[in-house]
Amino acid sequence: MPIQYYIYFSLALFSIGVIGVLTRRNAIIVFMCIELMLNAVNLLLVAFSKMHHGAAIANNATSSAGVEGQLFVFFIMVVAAAEVSVGLAIIVMMYRNTHSVDINFLNRLKN
Amino acid sequence: MDTIQILFFILSALALFSAIMVLVSKNPVHSVLWLIVVFFTISGHYILLNAQFLAIVNLIVYAGAIMVLFLFVIMLMNLNAEGEPRKNWWMKLAGVVSGGCFLMVMVSLVRQATELSGKAALMKTGDIGLIKNLGKALFSDFVVPFEISSVLFLSAMVGAVVIGKKD
Repeated sequence: MPIQYYIYFSLALFSIGVIGVLTRRNAIIVFMCIELMLNAVNLLLVAFSKMHHGAAIANNATSSAGVEGQLFVFFIMVVAAAEVSVGLAIIVMMYRNTHSVDINFLNRLKN
Repeated sequence: MDTIQILFFILSALALFSAIMVLVSKNPVHSVLWLIVVFFTISGHYILLNAQFLAIVNLIVYAGAIMVLFLFVIMLMNLNAEGEPRKNWWMKLAGVVSGGCFLMVMVSLVRQATELSGKAALMKTGDIGLIKNLGKALFSDFVVPFEISSVLFLSAMVGAVVIGKKD
């Protein structure tokens, strides 16, 4: 599969995530759109890793080039899980104080 | 047009449709369910690329753990009753236009890139995605980041408990 297809697909998913962050006001949906963007990046990392691996085994059949990309995806998942746990705790605290998850309430942090 | 390509296009179309449905759903619970569909299709893409470990981890961690956490928080808040406050239509239009401009610029950039022409991702073969090879690399070359990530998890857990505690 040509690598361009994966790039276009990941770009489309990432742009949908960006549009969601810009247009929605529910803090939980903004969070879900961030997860969508992270997944688009993960898929592109795996596709590039396989592209690199395919180029490497043409020269050396036992090469393990491309493992780093998949491990980075693993670490991105780890960081995303930690981020979601803290972020949802912040949203729950915000809902307890304001009885809303509208992100415009966060403007109050300014003063 | 072989099976891999057909599967690729079906999974891509399903993922894009579900991602759009995440945005346009009014009910946050429906958004979470559509997002789970997106994660399943992305796991299908990983399987097509023979990244089996990541496919399973994606299902377990994202669709299994994180989405359950989202659903739990949404049901805790009882958001279904009151609707989301409406944003101005020109704000939405500005968001869509800026996202579309981003997509357009990046697509034109990729179309012009001569380095990418003729490159292809290895489908269905190649064994770097198997858990044996990934585990060997993770516990030899990447053992320090792995341990640091466990410290990160511990601090995230303590942080979530401290933030979420009553007063």
